[in-house]
Amino acid sequence: MATKVGMEVSLAAAEAVKQANVDVVAAYPITPQTHIVEHLAELVNNGELDAEFIPVESEHSAMSVCTGSSAAGARSFTCTSSQGLALMNEIVFITASLRLPIVMLLANRTLSGPLSIWNDHSDVMSIRDCGWIQVFVENGQEVYDHVFIGYRVAEDRNCLLPFMVNLDGFILTHVIEPLEFLDQEIIDRYLPPYRPLYSLHPNHPVTMGAFSTPALYTETKKAQDEAIREAMPYILKGWQEFGDLTGRYYHPIEHYKTEGAKVILVTQGSLGETASIAIDSLREKGETVGLVKIRLWRPFPVHEFREAVKGAELVVVMDRAISYGASAGPLAMEIRSALYAEEERPRVVNWIAGLAGRDLSPEDFLQMIHQAKERSDEGYEIYGVRG
Amino acid sequence: MDKNLDRLNIYASRLLSEKEYFVPGHRACQGCAEALAVRLVAKALGRNTVVASATGCMEIVSSPLPLTSWNVPWMHVAFENAAAVASGIEAGLKVLMRKKRIPQQKITVMAMAGDGGTSDIGLQALSGAMERGHDFVYCCFDNEAYMNTGIQRSSATPFGASTTTSPAGSLVAGQTSWKKNMPEIAAAHNIPYVATACTSYPFDLMEKVKKAAAIKGPAYVHILSVCPTGWRLPTQMAILAGRLAVETGMFPLYEVERGRYTLNVELTELRPIEEYLKIQGRFRHLTQEMIAQIQQRVREEYEKLKKKVQLTNED
Repeated sequence: MATKVGMEVSLAAAEAVKQANVDVVAAYPITPQTHIVEHLAELVNNGELDAEFIPVESEHSAMSVCTGSSAAGARSFTCTSSQGLALMNEIVFITASLRLPIVMLLANRTLSGPLSIWNDHSDVMSIRDCGWIQVFVENGQEVYDHVFIGYRVAEDRNCLLPFMVNLDGFILTHVIEPLEFLDQEIIDRYLPPYRPLYSLHPNHPVTMGAFSTPALYTETKKAQDEAIREAMPYILKGWQEFGDLTGRYYHPIEHYKTEGAKVILVTQGSLGETASIAIDSLREKGETVGLVKIRLWRPFPVHEFREAVKGAELVVVMDRAISYGASAGPLAMEIRSALYAEEERPRVVNWIAGLAGRDLSPEDFLQMIHQAKERSDEGYEIYGVRG
Repeated sequence: MDKNLDRLNIYASRLLSEKEYFVPGHRACQGCAEALAVRLVAKALGRNTVVASATGCMEIVSSPLPLTSWNVPWMHVAFENAAAVASGIEAGLKVLMRKKRIPQQKITVMAMAGDGGTSDIGLQALSGAMERGHDFVYCCFDNEAYMNTGIQRSSATPFGASTTTSPAGSLVAGQTSWKKNMPEIAAAHNIPYVATACTSYPFDLMEKVKKAAAIKGPAYVHILSVCPTGWRLPTQMAILAGRLAVETGMFPLYEVERGRYTLNVELTELRPIEEYLKIQGRFRHLTQEMIAQIQQRVREEYEKLKKKVQLTNED
């Protein structure tokens, strides 16, 4: 059974954290993540969620508290945005190497400067290589669902990696959507209580976070790299079993009207929904155009992506972050690299668009697809620059 | 104190546990009083302890992968966040006990850092943890500079000391600022317990650590940890240097219990500061004028402290 509600996505995210029976929440307020934390504080102070709520003095400490509490064996949660992520950057990398199954919601917002509170993906792209499992979601339902999926996958003893859910700031966090809430009984079946493999307790002393000399560092990092590569089947299992219980199935790469498509648009995050309207109108005109949405960002599903664009002649990649001075935006770089070894590969044209909340309408996507046909598949262009 | 030290063997064998939780084999320098301080603190806290360590000498010497000197659960995350990590461990253990997922018992969470990890880069995380009122013990092992990276000055380096980033030059003679008063900063958070201690007074140190662990809420123990390597001091003189730091009034031993100040080693007369300074190479370059300046400051600070004792013990 499930309950249909209309709710702001941030509040729904907090409700999911409650239903996931999280033990420790540590967070510092930053726009546009605030409503999630505020609602969690309410849930704890009203006795609806039995957790320790730690209103830390910085995001650096938010991630540090979660690192400590997760190491103690507690299911731990935090969320942040932009500058907050930049401040906690140091610890984000360490939690992955410590193999701690923390779940973080990242309400994507651009990085300063200039200061801007609006949405793009420059925050998450700055920590692309942090070693967390990283997914993008498209709507409120996917945010709600991925809190449970996140813990289920992260805590799987075959994974033991932190899990980051990217949701677009404002576009998702501040929007009221129709959502389906799961019954607690379903969630409890899907997500058993966290039983850590190792934890900080006097009955079984362990040393965590030892330092490494060059004699062992490479082997340590090889082990960590294998951990995230080998997490793939357990991520798929987490999605599959969630689908079996709820009817909502998720995949590393989501397809939209890609059958026989000669031109494929690639997006990440909530703009996939807007882009699909553009695809519909082109299909109505008889153009063989499709949409591919990258849900799983790390580990990157190279094989699934190659399959998704097979047969296409042109792949139009929309990035929402700049990698200054690079050959392309972060997503296009990844895609060009994934396709390089293919004998027959499509042209990859890269747009950087929708920076810091600049609106993109279906018409803009039509423009990007149209203009891409004439563009070189080298480098990138920033779409819609004024003046 | 002196009497106890004279009868060290008798006293120690009767009252101190022989169990070690910070075990031999670590890679600290010869004569390191900080390693001794950590050993005494771990001994005082006993088995039911979880440690969150900052980056620093004690972290590096005790945890070279795949070895460890720790017989209690111990975690290192980064340099500036020992207090935040300890907050998380404390919160985690508390909620798991409340939800009956681990047995109910008293577990002391101890955060440890050097003077740089406490008074410089870790000050914000420590202030936050003290303000939020976590039940933990924070031990600052103060060796008065960034010794791990090669004796660079910190805000806890004393006035005049020569370090690699406050060298005694022809124009500027060593550290130009006065040592940041960390115990007072801790006390200003109105936490239930603040104390200063030194390895040259081992029983006093251990008593204070035990008291800190027994008190509910944040407790801060600031431990002067003599560093022969960084202080340019013969290795056999670490204990003597610590005693002179206390007896000259340079580092008074005191407690602040719920706002009430107590001097633990009350000195009727301060030994001349020169006796402390002259045995250390880091002060070799000091002029008589600078020594007089330090002497005056030490006297003033000691008088201030005595006044606080007086003021907070009036009925």
